[in-house]
Amino acid sequence: MNIIVCIAKVPDTTTKIVFSPDGRQLATPNIQWVINPLDEFALTRALEIKEAKSGKVIIVSVGKADCDPLIRKAFAMGADEGIRVDAEPADPYFTSVQLAHYIRTVPFDMIFMGRETSDFAGAQVPGMVAELLGLPFISGVPKFDFDGTLATMEREIEGGKETVKVKPPFVVSAQEGITEPRIPTMRGIMTARTKPLKVVPAVTGEILTEASNYELPPQKGECKMVDAETPEKLIELLHTEAKII
Amino acid sequence: MSILIYTDNSGGKITKSSLDVIYYGSKLAKALNTEAVAVTVGEVTKEELSRAGNYGAGKAVHIRHDLLKNFDSKAWSKAVCQVAAKVSADIIVFGHGFSSKALAPRLAALLKAGLIVNAVDIAAISDGKLTVKRSVYAGKAFSYFTTSAPKKIITVQPNILSPEITSQTATVEEFSPDLSPADCGTEVTEVNKTTGKILLTEASVIVSGGRGMKGPENWHLLETLAGMLSAGIACSKPVADMHWRPHSEHVGQTGLAVRPNLYIAVGISGAIQHLAGVNGSKYIVAINTDPEAPIFREAAYGIVGDAFKVLPRLNEAVKKLQS
Repeated sequence: MNIIVCIAKVPDTTTKIVFSPDGRQLATPNIQWVINPLDEFALTRALEIKEAKSGKVIIVSVGKADCDPLIRKAFAMGADEGIRVDAEPADPYFTSVQLAHYIRTVPFDMIFMGRETSDFAGAQVPGMVAELLGLPFISGVPKFDFDGTLATMEREIEGGKETVKVKPPFVVSAQEGITEPRIPTMRGIMTARTKPLKVVPAVTGEILTEASNYELPPQKGECKMVDAETPEKLIELLHTEAKII
Repeated sequence: MSILIYTDNSGGKITKSSLDVIYYGSKLAKALNTEAVAVTVGEVTKEELSRAGNYGAGKAVHIRHDLLKNFDSKAWSKAVCQVAAKVSADIIVFGHGFSSKALAPRLAALLKAGLIVNAVDIAAISDGKLTVKRSVYAGKAFSYFTTSAPKKIITVQPNILSPEITSQTATVEEFSPDLSPADCGTEVTEVNKTTGKILLTEASVIVSGGRGMKGPENWHLLETLAGMLSAGIACSKPVADMHWRPHSEHVGQTGLAVRPNLYIAVGISGAIQHLAGVNGSKYIVAINTDPEAPIFREAAYGIVGDAFKVLPRLNEAVKKLQS
């Protein structure tokens, strides 16, 4: 059984966000790049499923050479093979076209991704890839099981959850709860170097959206402190000053 | 042309957040001098759907089909796509619900539409180019996104406009999409919905607890406050990880992102991952024993103190205010 896991490169959440002076792009020199946190959940669950049933976990990522360390980290966690489509992931549609194009060329049973990336939080690529490949797509899955023929999963809906059953192939976007992200072992790190990482050229794909003019949120005003001895004053402020209760 | 607005319904009613989205789409339609059409799938009465007009939609399309009894992103997006073609929509607006999140990207790929998500302001359109402000980098920045694709889709964050409600009603049309069983690859075998609970995505006030609440047995203090304020109840990641509260209540980077008018954080220090999910709130109130807790830098009002002493007195004060 082959499971494809798509991973994305994002700035570490604790990174201070700074833009170039013209506000057109992220200033990158001090950024620590990591695997998108929710992709690590997806990857770990995919590894657990593979390890219980045998097969391969194949990483597919769209990016330039600076993605390679992240694919190697996925190897250290247990992934078997890696493909990097050699292009800047210019926008979600472009990225999805690249992923779908490569995925069509390999046999697979399921595709895992994180629900959204932590940088743009668009949650776009999983659904787009599913549509381009004509597959069922289950989004925001906190629980996933596979008995060898049928996958049973939960998906979060407004005010509750649903149990969904689906036969492979399909696309699943994982969210927290599906498992705990795995930390690479020393042995994993040692073997990561020997695993195959293939770089493939990008295909023509349209870029449909563009980001421009970044800006930082307005500075928050001072926090108005209320003495713990008179907490009632807080309710009064919310009622008369902020007028929200 | 027209603007199509995807609308969620629950328990036979259009959801509050969807009514806000109808207003958003209608405002956009007015600016473009075109018609706003709401579309929904499922069991809703004609009277209820005509309410879309109160929020500015001229027409409401009701999609009905036996294959759409449960949510399947492929079948549903195909159905919505057929409506979009029928009403010649070149802009489709979605809200922030779970079905919107699954449908918008599918439709974008299907129509090769430019998709911009998480809009936090009304979109501007000139010469076929749509520009809209959205939040990026976990709310640490904003960016203006543009698309010049002939078809455009935007998803809108909750709570960004205050709708003006009129007495106009929408004309309601039934639509039966052309679907086959092959479009429906998933089977929903169980639905678990808690009723009577205020949804975090719909709540205008949220009361949230962190590790400082010391254990699940103390949540009744937050529940009392939430009950009086008609607030949703949320928690921080450690609280969900320790199983004090369900993961569905976790707000933050890997949990739910919320944008209420008022977010009351009790015993939450405000790690950057938590703030990522709540920094769209209009007012944050922080109650924490640690005066250095980062949550105070985001908060409009704060109390440095013991939640177990402060909360009962706050509850008493709210009770007094409301009586």
